[in-house]
Amino acid sequence: MKPLAWMAWTWQTATFFCFIAACLITMLLWEMLKPGGSPKHGVLGLNTTRGDRLFISLLGSAYIHVAWLGLTEQPLWWGSVISVFFALTVFKWV
Amino acid sequence: MSSKTVNQKAWLLVLPVLLIVALNAVIPLMTVVNYSVQDTFSPGVFFFEGTKWYREVLSSPRFHGALGRQFLYTAIILAIEIPLGVAVALAMPRKGPWVSVCLVLMALPLLIPWNVVGAMWNIFALPDIGLLGYGLNWLGFDYNYTQQPLAAWMTVILMDVWHWTSLVVLLAYAGLSSIPDAYYQAAKIDGASRLSVFRFIQLPKMKRVLIIALLLRFMDSFMVYTEPFVLTGGGPGNSTTFLSIDLVKAAIGEFNLGIAAAMSIIYFLMTLLVCWVFYTAMMRSEES
Repeated sequence: MKPLAWMAWTWQTATFFCFIAACLITMLLWEMLKPGGSPKHGVLGLNTTRGDRLFISLLGSAYIHVAWLGLTEQPLWWGSVISVFFALTVFKWV
Repeated sequence: MSSKTVNQKAWLLVLPVLLIVALNAVIPLMTVVNYSVQDTFSPGVFFFEGTKWYREVLSSPRFHGALGRQFLYTAIILAIEIPLGVAVALAMPRKGPWVSVCLVLMALPLLIPWNVVGAMWNIFALPDIGLLGYGLNWLGFDYNYTQQPLAAWMTVILMDVWHWTSLVVLLAYAGLSSIPDAYYQAAKIDGASRLSVFRFIQLPKMKRVLIIALLLRFMDSFMVYTEPFVLTGGGPGNSTTFLSIDLVKAAIGEFNLGIAAAMSIIYFLMTLLVCWVFYTAMMRSEES
């Protein structure tokens, strides 16, 4: 039995977690280049750093995907496209 | 001359926590995500199913029912325990020998393990031999929590109120104890009523601990499993089958690991959202 077989990895889920890890590493590098977290007061009335904005983007994207799966029969990629726009909006205005 | 004000080596101290969180949270969560997109018939044999389980769970009346019951249960628990906890804390003495007695009495239910609480109430509420069940029937109420959904709900809620209101009491009491006497003296000089003192002094000063109490009680009641399971087993019928009980039934009772994992992820997302909302509210209250 392979060492991590009990975790039942698939290339799709591995890609997903690599994407999350890449996001975190990017945030780390971004913070090293421009320290301070670029705090701002956005449209939600919250003081957010770029880490907060990433969290809101990821959580919102998860909800967009779940809503897409629950409400439509269309391919999930459309939900992913909406999530990208959502994340851009969050980073710009939240 | 610039001086180094941040010691980056301090990050090494965070490493043990990171390792523990990785082992007990991140790796199991990754495994659940992996399970949620696959089907399995025997250990180590998995078939990729994509988003099938998510679609199935999200369109399942069983999931909707369990989720609805879970939200209703949490809403009732919060609506009872938070005001009751604050009321009891307000009634408790601030000085004198009775303070310790009250605090110990309040802490007692919190020391009892969940499964013991469930077993205690299981016997306590039995209509033929339990003090509560027998007493209610003796008084003329038709009460049998093993057969009547309403009675089962009342018993489950009463049990949770008995077990966990103390936590709200202790937190609210800590908040009240931190208010300096000068505030009360100023209110007395101004001729403030008891209600005004509560509204303008005690409640704002308790705001932070009440948010923590609300968050803790939400989390615990939203993920409640052991107590209702030991008391009613999710019955009669499915009337007290909350999301957590349904999840365990799917995972262990029916060995539907894919469906149970998809349910877990949706469950996790809901908890995460509420935690974020409470955290944001707490930070905002601190800023203001």
